[in-house]
Amino acid sequence: MKVVVVGAGPAGIRAVEQLVRAGVTPIWIEEGADGGGRITQRPPAGFSRSHAALYGADAGRAKRLHATLDALKARVDWRPDTLVWNIRPDAKVLHILANGAAQDEVAYGALILCTGAMDRVLPLPGWNLPGATTLGGAQVALKSQGVGVGANPVLIGTGPLLWLTALQYAKAGAKPAAVLDTTDFLTKARFGAGMLWNVPTLLRGMGLYAQLKLRGVKLHEDITPLAIEGVDNVTAVHWRDAAWKEHVTPCDAVAMGWGLKPEAQLADLAGVPFDYDATQQNWVPRKDAAGRSPMAGVYLAGDGAGIGGVDVAELGGARAALALLADAKLPSDMALSKHLDGRLRTERRFRAALEQAFPYPARLAARMEDSTSVCRCEVITAGELRAAAAADAPELNRAKAFSRIGMGRCQGRLCGTPAAAVLARALQVEVPEVGRLRGQPPVKPVPLQQVG
Amino acid sequence: MTATRLLDQNRPDLMFSVDGVAVPAKQGDTLLTAMLTAGLGHVRTSEFGDGGRAGFCWMGACQDCWVVVAGKGVRRACTTLVEPGIEVIRR
Repeated sequence: MKVVVVGAGPAGIRAVEQLVRAGVTPIWIEEGADGGGRITQRPPAGFSRSHAALYGADAGRAKRLHATLDALKARVDWRPDTLVWNIRPDAKVLHILANGAAQDEVAYGALILCTGAMDRVLPLPGWNLPGATTLGGAQVALKSQGVGVGANPVLIGTGPLLWLTALQYAKAGAKPAAVLDTTDFLTKARFGAGMLWNVPTLLRGMGLYAQLKLRGVKLHEDITPLAIEGVDNVTAVHWRDAAWKEHVTPCDAVAMGWGLKPEAQLADLAGVPFDYDATQQNWVPRKDAAGRSPMAGVYLAGDGAGIGGVDVAELGGARAALALLADAKLPSDMALSKHLDGRLRTERRFRAALEQAFPYPARLAARMEDSTSVCRCEVITAGELRAAAAADAPELNRAKAFSRIGMGRCQGRLCGTPAAAVLARALQVEVPEVGRLRGQPPVKPVPLQQVG
Repeated sequence: MTATRLLDQNRPDLMFSVDGVAVPAKQGDTLLTAMLTAGLGHVRTSEFGDGGRAGFCWMGACQDCWVVVAGKGVRRACTTLVEPGIEVIRR
């Protein structure tokens, strides 16, 4: 049976490792020039920082993952620089584009999708300005390029990535102008106990917070971001503190992110149904605890299958591969499966607490001003979206037809979450009731002559 | 937007061009890094009238950093490595 694994982050690496152990030689497709994922992303050739310098507390994990990745490449059909831009589940065929130019089809008997995640954003006035980036982007810039998105950036959002990125910038010699957290202290404290399910990670998070304080980085909680200011470039952030006092913090860049959302477009095209996960406030593709989707032969792992973080990605990748092997009546390590199931259960409890401690501020998205662009790609405003709602768009795909929201070059990756909040408020329904933007091929733009 | 070189910058220098003007870079830079550290400010102009754009996600997802590379066509600046002598055109 031809097995295809898409993605070479932590989940993909651990999935392929189990397949190879069982004697299966998969086709392994990675969009980037090399694998490694985001947390353990590798810089291009020519950079020389050590694992310790690059990954800090994740250095050991990065070393292990990279060693496994490199050892596996020669034992599989390794295809870097390759984009899967469509899936035809009826024919069990993937449409791929190699090196940005070569079009091809790949048939699969079974498929493991490990497609990762990206930042979840809150549109603000001025977020289209040069100088505004995602938090993940700010981190990638530093990790894989050794550059800061600015010398004095403001970081806005919530979650561990906010603190981690701020600390990484401070350590690298940048001077974060402020770290603005939309979550209040009490919410974080209330769900802190649930994070005892993963004590080392909880301690790391608290350590980040403490180190930022020690370095004198200005941390503000329970804030409301009002606008990103500037003409040709970001020059300041306008925000309101918990006591309702307004501030303007000068800066040369803004990095923003409120947790992550799955990059699950390929699961969508593969025919996998989605469910709204109210805890993580994301639509996630349906799968069982082992990673089996309801579509025969399609397996899901890592953050693309619902945000779980890097531990869950490694565990889930291995578990999905073992499920695939068992379903195909191939040798599958049952004892290891049981062990992984137990660890995944514990991690799910931790993750649920983490998501509740750092929620997406849907209330702020819902109330954004009419003039704020929800969609960066085509500059579609909240007002236009509300007009679509008034013209009888009871769900997002109808609103898309009316307003073009989600039709731009990013295919709704950025606007999907805030647009749902805006539309739901306009229609006076709950966020899940307006649905989600359906995936369309190509999942990323491909040269026109390549389609057809 | 001006990106700041902070770490791991001891790499060979090279030259490429943007809109016909020579621009310095370092081996291993992406086009996005090279253009934003060189002080170009933006990598494209929004076709919807709201000014320059300088990318957003830095990880190949948002598609906001498209440039034209001579001989290759449209490329994402954040996922394309700079090479000596390549010609980039901003749109």
